[in-house]
Amino acid sequence: MESLIGLLVGAPLLGAAVLLCGGRRLDRTGHWLGTLLAAASFVVGLLLFADMLGKDTEQRAMHQHLFSWIPVADFQADVGFQLDQLSMTFVLLISGVGTLIHVYSIGYMEHDERRRRFFGYLNLFLAAMLLLVLADNYLLLYVGWEGVGLASYLLIGFWQHKPSAATAAKKAFLVNRVGDVGLSIAIMLMFTTFGTFAFEPVLESTGETSEGKLTAIGLMLLLAACGKSAQVPLQSWLGDAMEGPTPVSALIHAATMVTAGVYLITRSGEIFNAAPDAQLVVVTVGAVTLLFGAIVGCAKDDIKKALAGSTMSQIGYMMLAAGLGPIGYAFAIMHLVTHGFFKAGLFLGAGSVMHGMNDEVDMRKYGGLRKHMPVTFVTFGLGYLAIIGFPGLSGFFSKDQIIEAAFAKGGTQGWILGTCALLGAAITAYYMTRVMLLTFFGEKRWDPAETHPHESPRTMTIPMIVLAFGSVFAGGYFKLNENFVHWLEPVTEFEHGHPPMSAATVTAATVVALLIGVTGAWFQYGRRPVPVVAPRGSLLTRAARRDLLQDDLNHVVLVKGGEHLTRGLVYLDHKLVDGVVNGTAASFGGLSGRVRRVQNGFVRSYAVSMFGGAAVLVAATLLMRAV
Amino acid sequence: MSTTQSVHNLWTHAAAEPEKIPTPHIEYAQLSPTLIVLGAALVGILIEAFLPRRTRYTAQVLVAVVALASAFAAVLALGMDGYGTTKAQVAAMGAIAVDGPALFLQGTILLVGLVAVFTFAERRLDPTAHGNRVDSFAAQAASVPGGQGERDAVRAGFTTTEVFPIALFAIAGMLVFPAANDLLTLFIALEVFSLPLYILCALSRRNRLMSQEAAVKYFLLGAFSSAFLLFGIALLYGYAGAVDYSSIARVVSNADNATDPALAGTMGNDALLLIGGAMVLMGMLFKVGAVPFHMWTPDVYQGAPTPVTGFMAAATKVAAFGALLRLLYVVLPGLRWDWEPVMWGVAIVTMLGGAIVAITQTDIKRLLAYSSIAHAGFILAGVVATSEDGVSSVLFYLAAYSFVTLGAFAVVTLVRDAGGEATHLSKWAGLGRRSPLVAAVFAVFLLAFAGIPLTSGFTGKFAVFKAAAESGAGALVVVGVISSAIAAFFYIRVIVLMFFQEPKADGPTVAVPSPLTITAIGIGVAVTLVLGLAPQYFLELAGDAGVFVR
Repeated sequence: MESLIGLLVGAPLLGAAVLLCGGRRLDRTGHWLGTLLAAASFVVGLLLFADMLGKDTEQRAMHQHLFSWIPVADFQADVGFQLDQLSMTFVLLISGVGTLIHVYSIGYMEHDERRRRFFGYLNLFLAAMLLLVLADNYLLLYVGWEGVGLASYLLIGFWQHKPSAATAAKKAFLVNRVGDVGLSIAIMLMFTTFGTFAFEPVLESTGETSEGKLTAIGLMLLLAACGKSAQVPLQSWLGDAMEGPTPVSALIHAATMVTAGVYLITRSGEIFNAAPDAQLVVVTVGAVTLLFGAIVGCAKDDIKKALAGSTMSQIGYMMLAAGLGPIGYAFAIMHLVTHGFFKAGLFLGAGSVMHGMNDEVDMRKYGGLRKHMPVTFVTFGLGYLAIIGFPGLSGFFSKDQIIEAAFAKGGTQGWILGTCALLGAAITAYYMTRVMLLTFFGEKRWDPAETHPHESPRTMTIPMIVLAFGSVFAGGYFKLNENFVHWLEPVTEFEHGHPPMSAATVTAATVVALLIGVTGAWFQYGRRPVPVVAPRGSLLTRAARRDLLQDDLNHVVLVKGGEHLTRGLVYLDHKLVDGVVNGTAASFGGLSGRVRRVQNGFVRSYAVSMFGGAAVLVAATLLMRAV
Repeated sequence: MSTTQSVHNLWTHAAAEPEKIPTPHIEYAQLSPTLIVLGAALVGILIEAFLPRRTRYTAQVLVAVVALASAFAAVLALGMDGYGTTKAQVAAMGAIAVDGPALFLQGTILLVGLVAVFTFAERRLDPTAHGNRVDSFAAQAASVPGGQGERDAVRAGFTTTEVFPIALFAIAGMLVFPAANDLLTLFIALEVFSLPLYILCALSRRNRLMSQEAAVKYFLLGAFSSAFLLFGIALLYGYAGAVDYSSIARVVSNADNATDPALAGTMGNDALLLIGGAMVLMGMLFKVGAVPFHMWTPDVYQGAPTPVTGFMAAATKVAAFGALLRLLYVVLPGLRWDWEPVMWGVAIVTMLGGAIVAITQTDIKRLLAYSSIAHAGFILAGVVATSEDGVSSVLFYLAAYSFVTLGAFAVVTLVRDAGGEATHLSKWAGLGRRSPLVAAVFAVFLLAFAGIPLTSGFTGKFAVFKAAAESGAGALVVVGVISSAIAAFFYIRVIVLMFFQEPKADGPTVAVPSPLTITAIGIGVAVTLVLGLAPQYFLELAGDAGVFVR
């Protein structure tokens, strides 16, 4: 069975190679090939999953060593796969949702003349993402990490003729570089600390290492996770990334790639368990981001950007849970999976709406679409109910568990984190209700003469329906008998958290928060007509519309600061370094010119110089003996 | 008994009993490389005398190539037979050493000579003269430049095919030079290879006056330095009473107490030894072109026909450094504390002088001449290391450097305008746009000169500096690295000139050479890259060859 693991990565990689190198011949069939290979990867994933279920819990992890990659003295980098329950979860999510989104894209990208290339990039993304979660060491993980970064860059900027898309791609790439530096430093630290960067030896020897080093590694890993998962302070790229085609937003910037940070932290659990300070930073980042993203999501009128804010916020939940240690890892991943379903569904729904609305993204120009797009409405609605945590749906189970675990952290920290999580739940309910009301309810605010909203083709609706099923039932199934927790337990460890109040109280509080949020939104957007032009709004609203001034802050601190630093360095370079260098060069040049004159072409002066030289040589030899 | 009397007695003693001179015993097999080349040179003279003019060129090239190749095969056979290591010995009655350094250098000289003969034989670069293909050499060397005789010779399609036997004589002298094991053989070898070189320098087809001027300068200064050398030899003989290396070495290091009591008076006189040693060294330093005995180099390199310049720059250096090494390591190790500081000084001024003056050169051949001076300095750094590593690093450097030099001068022959070779640097502007291949090849050679990694220049320089640093000459290495940095400036400047400047409207053209020059350049590039990328085998070879027979 081990030999099949390679196929998981190999199939989409082959697809990417064929589609990107194949040329125009494949224009008519390329999208089917891409979809087929993604599906093949998913089928292989299912086979391996079935095989894994047939084994004992302890024997489920599979290892496959492929080849020795960089063998240099003590530096041994190998290419090998590790498929355990954690990777398996990701494999199924990535290849499953990935396949659905391939199918969806067939319809969505139908009129794009570069569709073949689009599918090539999607395949490349799948291959890189699967490599990321299957690697058995940090260095190979880094390869996948950079691979998804590349694919993300290519796909955000897929419509590169739009300057905004090109800029957004560049921004995403640059911000991610900051995080990537963190990962590379973490890997270097691991090598100097443990002498290796394979998961098993590193994670097993955390007990013998000083806490300071582990904290440093943990913080660097967190920096990497912040970049990839759009967490404060490296979150600014995600909103702009919505310039990419909507299937990309659904797959990469909602369901899979942006959760890589959570994977990294969960995978490195032993490091964080042994470094409480790093854990504290992780939960802080998670809590701040979950509120930050939620607030941004409230103010955006662009449907995709509102959803992007929501993604940020939901990943904040996961990060928070992952930072809680063994009481939270399983719930972080559980929320990650359920979020993968409902957020992908929501994005596909948003794409479907845009598809029917001439690519309009401003929700203030939607309204009353439920009659025109019944399938989209129902599937989007189910996703909506799931994300706000409506009791019984996926999001309810996973989010409720995280809030409970946050309280269970204990002490003041527990209360602060729990309150943040609850507050986040209320805001989530508010902004998602807002999206729902603005899009599907109320009067139509579009011009019927120009816009003819219609339901999307089958290739688009079927993936949405499948994802809606996941949104509704996945959470319940995971929660049933603690299925999911037991499944992951061998990898991530699990401890029951004990919140200071009963579980029922937490659940009740969550539901109350949900109701407050929904009611608030209903009062603001359901009861009275929505203006097509956004009102000026409060100071907070205006700040939130500008991503809570993150870009402005970056501009002032990094861009301006960087410019000043550069100018200073350029000045120093000109005056000091160049001065010395040019001065030296000029003095040698001058010397050369003067010495050159000795070479006057007269053989008599050459002979004199030789004679002089011989005299000096003899004199020097004699002098050496004399002294 | 007074000193003068005893010396006098020695002479009369020898003269009185001539029957005591033993019959010379010659190891023909061990000397075969030299003998083959000398024999071929004689055959070449016979060809000039008896074959008709139009067949001479083919016959001469054939003889030269076959002779050099078979001499090289003989060197290889000797090396494989163990003469480089275990069976190293002194042959021909103590006159010639057959050991690792000698065989390594002889092999290098023979290969260099072979490649140089290819460039000598090139006949497609110059436009045909009255329907006759001509090479770089004067139609008739004896005719007055610009005179009627020259015009007649050109019209008749004469070529100086004598260059091949002359070059063979020079090569034969160079083969003996680093192997010479007594001072007289050394001197004779020096003259045997110098005189043909003076002639070759005068034979340029274009710029004949400049060529002849160069030859005369070279001859005068060469004779001057030979005089020093000879005087030095006389003084050393006066000190030690012998001319063979091992006897002198024994006397110098006082190892042999059983020397002729007649010499006891002079043996204590170190002034004779020191002055004599310094003068012999000076003779060698003149040949390698070390500052301040380098003045001839730029003028001669510029005036000589370019194929001759390449040959001279590569092969002379190999031979002269070989002889210098043997002198310092075999004859004068006892004087190490006296000559080492002096050689330090020479190495430093040579490295710096060559590199600094090269900066302001505007002629590519002069530039390469100064570059060769700087390189002589780098090699001297390895020479003064006085260790086995020092010897082998110098051997490797010489092999690497000579092929780069040959290749570089071969490329210079290709870039031409109406007046022959276009050697002024301004004409090379934008060459990379017109002939990317030729410019790229030249860039490879320049990078090798500059010692950039992945070329043989880096490996050689690294080996030399490493040997010097390990023997405690750290300061020398620092100066060497600084000089390399200065030198890199003018090498890279030529690259910038070729690739990053607009070509001039009346710029030179790149002639399409025959397979001969292409082979020469190709071998140069191949050796440069192989010694840069995979030098291990050759470093080991040079390492094995690093021991002198005493």
